[in-house]
Amino acid sequence: MSTYELSHLRALEAEAIHIMREVAAERERPVLLFSGGKDSIVMLRLAEKAFRPARFPFPIMHVSTGHDFPETMEFRDKTVERLSERLIVASVQESIDKGRVVEDSGPRANRNRLQTTTLLDAIAEHRFDAAFGGARRDEERARAKERVFSHRDEFGQWDPKNQRPELWSLYNGRIKPGEHLRIFPLSNWTELDVWQYIDAENIELPSLYFAHEREVFRRDGMLYAVSEHKPLQEGEEPFMCKVRFRTIGDMAVTGAVESSAATVEDIIAEVAAARVTERGATRADDRFSDAAMEDRKKEGYF
Amino acid sequence: MDLLRFSTAGSVDDGKSTLIGRLLYDTKTIFEDQLEHVEETSRRRGDERTNLALLTDGLRAEREQGITIDVAYRYFATPRRKFIIADTPGHIQYTRNMVTGASTANLAIVLVDARKGLLEQSRRHSFIASLLRIPHLVVCINKMDLVDFSEERFEELRAEFAAFAMKLEIPDISFIPVSALLGDNVVEHSENMPWYEGTPLLYHLENVHIASDRNLIDVRFPVQWVVRPQSDEHHDYRGYAGMVAGGVLKPGDEIVALPSGLTSKIASIDTLDGPVDEAFPPMSVTLRLDDDLDISRGDMICRVHNKPTTGQDLEAMICWMTDRPLTARGMFALKHTTNSVRAMVTDVQYRLDINTLHRDDGVHELGLNDMGRVTLRSTGPLFYDAYGRNRQTGSFILIDESTNRTVAGGMLLGISG
Ligand SMILES: Nc1nc2c(ncn2[C@@H]2O[C@H](COP(=O)(O)OP(=O)(O)O)[C@@H](O)[C@H]2O)c(=O)[nH]1
Repeated sequence: MSTYELSHLRALEAEAIHIMREVAAERERPVLLFSGGKDSIVMLRLAEKAFRPARFPFPIMHVSTGHDFPETMEFRDKTVERLSERLIVASVQESIDKGRVVEDSGPRANRNRLQTTTLLDAIAEHRFDAAFGGARRDEERARAKERVFSHRDEFGQWDPKNQRPELWSLYNGRIKPGEHLRIFPLSNWTELDVWQYIDAENIELPSLYFAHEREVFRRDGMLYAVSEHKPLQEGEEPFMCKVRFRTIGDMAVTGAVESSAATVEDIIAEVAAARVTERGATRADDRFSDAAMEDRKKEGYF
Repeated sequence: MDLLRFSTAGSVDDGKSTLIGRLLYDTKTIFEDQLEHVEETSRRRGDERTNLALLTDGLRAEREQGITIDVAYRYFATPRRKFIIADTPGHIQYTRNMVTGASTANLAIVLVDARKGLLEQSRRHSFIASLLRIPHLVVCINKMDLVDFSEERFEELRAEFAAFAMKLEIPDISFIPVSALLGDNVVEHSENMPWYEGTPLLYHLENVHIASDRNLIDVRFPVQWVVRPQSDEHHDYRGYAGMVAGGVLKPGDEIVALPSGLTSKIASIDTLDGPVDEAFPPMSVTLRLDDDLDISRGDMICRVHNKPTTGQDLEAMICWMTDRPLTARGMFALKHTTNSVRAMVTDVQYRLDINTLHRDDGVHELGLNDMGRVTLRSTGPLFYDAYGRNRQTGSFILIDESTNRTVAGGMLLGISG
């Protein structure tokens, strides 16, 4: 006899599907932001769950910093082809070339901040009115109060004092012209939930997530992949190490962790035992100030 | 492993943050970098000891004021269950936040300071839990270490609360004597209170039976999205996607679609992983029917002999959530399940004093954080159940059409006269 119980993963999945369908129904021009990271890969699976056998009622957009891991690009193109969905690439390099943004210099320069302008320009250009993002509330404290439907004003800014109450599963998708919504279907997922779901669903991931030998160097207590985008400083010695990445973004800011986890099960064991959050471990740009994240969110970051 | 959502509301200093901090800490949910960060911030602020409250404190403005003023969601898991905490401030000016946190909760934790007894704030939290129909309430009598772990004091407070609880519509109320600071009866059974025969808080949270809290009797399927692939391969496919709001659906079931009243049978219940034998709340599925009916978003699929109320004259209890007061004749966008209509508040019947549950019959205006009984008239029919029977088909929100803000959460009462 059925007890009509739903596992926590299936409950989270059902909620995320519900959210995606609400957006499709209430907004005219949604877009799904794809970073190549596991959270956005999970979002793609959820979009399949929500809309198949039809096509997604929105395109996929990658905001490319130009410093992407080659593995990510390859994975992205393969995935888009498999899904036969439409891909839009918004390029930070183009924003730089057009003079929309100025690149920082120095050893800690990175293009993460610049992504905001590229993203907002692309949203304006395509007149997108809702953008799905893979952010989760457990990622760090400034996100704990984030809404599922997060309202952005005409400048793409987030006003913590002006967020709409979200009751039951009734989302308010109304906006004025020029404004847009950021939608976070994975709000209630934790890092462990995401990995368990990847395991349960047998979702393919870029090889970067699994332990591999790579040439790295140490800076500010973190390991970085050696690449043209992150020149070595004096005194920094590259060395080979077995590593994997817990998040995947711009090569210049995404740190690696030493690991021998070769399978999803290994990673689940590692995550369950981890004592450091994924952002704390591997996102250099979040460590500079206490309110770094909150400031960037106000500006319109993911 | 299933999912339990619970809300906590606390007045300042009753130990809510300490309790949550302990649950997170003892279930190994706090990471080293978060803890380091909190230790450092505590030092910088000149706090005497590491202030675990900072863990649940998100935004800068709030940090400056030293208080939490919004709903913060926290997560932890044990091998038995995943938990989502909606952590809300307890002061009366944050009633709307408490209501928001309570709207999705299966269970509410109310803290009572063992020294102070049942104060206004704890009463109010309990009333809100009851109005929002949270089926399980756990009353944690906290700071037991400060009353010598006295059984007598615990029994006294329990009796006092039980007398008050007669007014509540909460079917399951438990009492646990705890010391959030020292950890007694939070995760481990307390050695200081051998007289307590119940289970520690975490065990209770892990085992409380929530499966039958959902309405599995009345089939309710609000149509959310019509799946129509414009491809050769799926040329004739037409599926009605949505989240089951009540009852159990099976292929072969006879159904009726509202408002059309047309009937058909469920041909299959589709998911990406193939058809399933049954669907129940809160699954998101796609229904295909034997006949080609004209069904669209906002329609309700249910059983022929068990239909929801259809109506435009609505009676509701609402919580008002914006500065501009609500008076009669206010016009709003109303969202109920997947249905959007416009509605006029034709009458504000009374304000509810949420400290006492008394009706202020003389008040016909609702201010920010007020709750009250209203009558509404909608431009189109809603297919609804009384909130007490189904929290999904009995709830709605009101949206101000000029600012697009969500200005009220509402709970529908039975059929209006
Ligand atoms: N002795 C004792 N003190 C406690 C207990 N729980 C909390 N406290 C203290 O009460 C004060 C307020 O606690 P806090 O968790 O910040 O309360 P909140 O305002 O409800 O979040 C702090 O100084 C805590 O250390 C307890 O069980 N026993």
